[in-house]
Amino acid sequence: MVKTGLVGLGKMGISHCAILNAHPVVDLVGVCDSSKFILAALEKHGKMNCFTDYKQMIRQSDLDCIFVAAPTRFHADMVCYSLEKGLHVFVEKPFCLNSNEGKKMIDLALIHNKVNQVGYHNRFIGTFNEAKRIIARGVIGDIYHVLGEAFGPVVLKEKGSTWRSHKSEGGGCLYDYASHVINLIQFIVGTPNQVAGTVLKNIYSQDVDDAVYATLFYNNGLSGQLSVNWSDESYRKMSTQITVMGKKGKVVVDATECKIYLRQENKIEGLEKGWNIRYITDLTKSVDFYLRGEEYSAQIDHFIDCVLKGKTENVSSFESAFETDRVVEMLVADAYSRK
Amino acid sequence: MDRIIFGDNQFFAVNHLSDEKSRAQAMRFRTTKAIIEVLDLAYDLGIRTFMCTTHDRIAEVCDHIRSNPRRYNDFKIYPCMPYAHKYANAVTEYGAIEALKRFMPGSMLGTAAKGGLALIRKDFIEMMKLLVDAEMKMFHGINTEVIFLQNVITDLILGLGMDDFFVAFAEHIKKKYGAEPGFITMNMPLMLEILKKKGILNPIICASINKIGFRMSGGKEHYEKTIADEKFRPIAMQVLAAGAIQPHEAMEYVCRQKNIESILFGASSRAHIKQTKELIEQMSS
Repeated sequence: MVKTGLVGLGKMGISHCAILNAHPVVDLVGVCDSSKFILAALEKHGKMNCFTDYKQMIRQSDLDCIFVAAPTRFHADMVCYSLEKGLHVFVEKPFCLNSNEGKKMIDLALIHNKVNQVGYHNRFIGTFNEAKRIIARGVIGDIYHVLGEAFGPVVLKEKGSTWRSHKSEGGGCLYDYASHVINLIQFIVGTPNQVAGTVLKNIYSQDVDDAVYATLFYNNGLSGQLSVNWSDESYRKMSTQITVMGKKGKVVVDATECKIYLRQENKIEGLEKGWNIRYITDLTKSVDFYLRGEEYSAQIDHFIDCVLKGKTENVSSFESAFETDRVVEMLVADAYSRK
Repeated sequence: MDRIIFGDNQFFAVNHLSDEKSRAQAMRFRTTKAIIEVLDLAYDLGIRTFMCTTHDRIAEVCDHIRSNPRRYNDFKIYPCMPYAHKYANAVTEYGAIEALKRFMPGSMLGTAAKGGLALIRKDFIEMMKLLVDAEMKMFHGINTEVIFLQNVITDLILGLGMDDFFVAFAEHIKKKYGAEPGFITMNMPLMLEILKKKGILNPIICASINKIGFRMSGGKEHYEKTIADEKFRPIAMQVLAAGAIQPHEAMEYVCRQKNIESILFGASSRAHIKQTKELIEQMSS
């Protein structure tokens, strides 16, 4: 059994808590949150040991690994402390708020040779993996443009009181929504080297952006566009879509479908000329315990598997998440250079 | 329960196979009138049970049903609560406690006071009951024989191991509404095991059951064995696996699992509803 601790019982934390607690090889020995309200519910009706101080939890629980799902501004301290105590670390996205913190966490994970993973769960969705595979195989030829989009109904009123509405705490559409899209673009076609024309738009929020628009440039000539808006009521929930243009065709992928348009038939891949659709039902492996989506369980399975096998190579490593943070930093710098 | 239960995903832009289809559905069912028209088609084809989430728009459907008692005299609604996105979005916007406060108090002073007290005392069972009552308000005067806990919440509680809530939910549903409790889950074998342990016998469980094993956590074989060997009342949903299986093949598989009591499906056209209903009836006989 992998002895696991969890810090932070917000939306993602609670979800991780349920999946970990139901996991066949995980022993969730401790959970920690600063809100006594949430802890009281778990203490009263659950079976885990509850803490309000994560250091105390680590000292008392003899953990193998820890899940950090506290707000982003706490990540660096919690992750560094845990690594120094010899724990494997899974941390929620976004990874951190500045590059110095990020480098420190990457270095520590390397020095202590610990499994390190960031909660970019889209990397565990079958359709996005299929898109990555198809493009890497050259099925749509040389790629020349990528479009990353995400829309959803998070902030629809001029008011907000949680940490998501504070820039200094890692709130805002850029950190919360756009980071997912940037990370996915990276996963599928690589990390952009430069950005330009960044618009961080306030729609309803005062302190943070509600939409992010930008142009991305790659050294190899690939270009891209980012169009993300979390104040779009026409969407029922967050919807993310990546479109990649190639000389031989294009791929349009979201969490449910991978659509491939080809100018010529591709026999090896079994793809016809014109539109081809691959559905999530054919691309998803079933999980042992399901909550909200296979990907949330799949990312935890991957992490636990790495811990068990002592494998530090990871689908969503600190380093890959750090690249996302760097793009976020470039976008912020670009947007403010004009303000 | 009826053999055939009509679902509501199509009305609220829920499509597990395609975001694009979801949008098309959102456009088609933007008015409650459009929803009622399809419900009428199902009703006129002999379907009597409608299972729906406690989406705000369902309140308008309920108003319509109440104001036409003769037209819908044997119509039943199985509510599924809560509509999770409503809560998730509120938690993102206000934080957990403030979101809870917003959903608990009704217009009556009594509920508000009770809710406040429950919050202060951290009486989570009481809070759950108040939330159930708030969700149930829209159904007053309507026949709701079975009341379901929606899968995100069921599976969250299941994962967290807070099984007391299942017992409290079941008792509250029976006592206050004279109804049967039902549980929607994506983890059916595990759920049944826990309910049995908690003394909830022969429970109504609605779960994905389909030929390709889509969203059947723990594996298709485990599901098949549980259905064959255990005593409970299964409702099969997602029988078409979001459209990945042809209707004939899909229904043939589900109807072969002899202990499945009911089959849930949603459709938007008369032809489609009729075809699916006839298929189920034909395969069931």
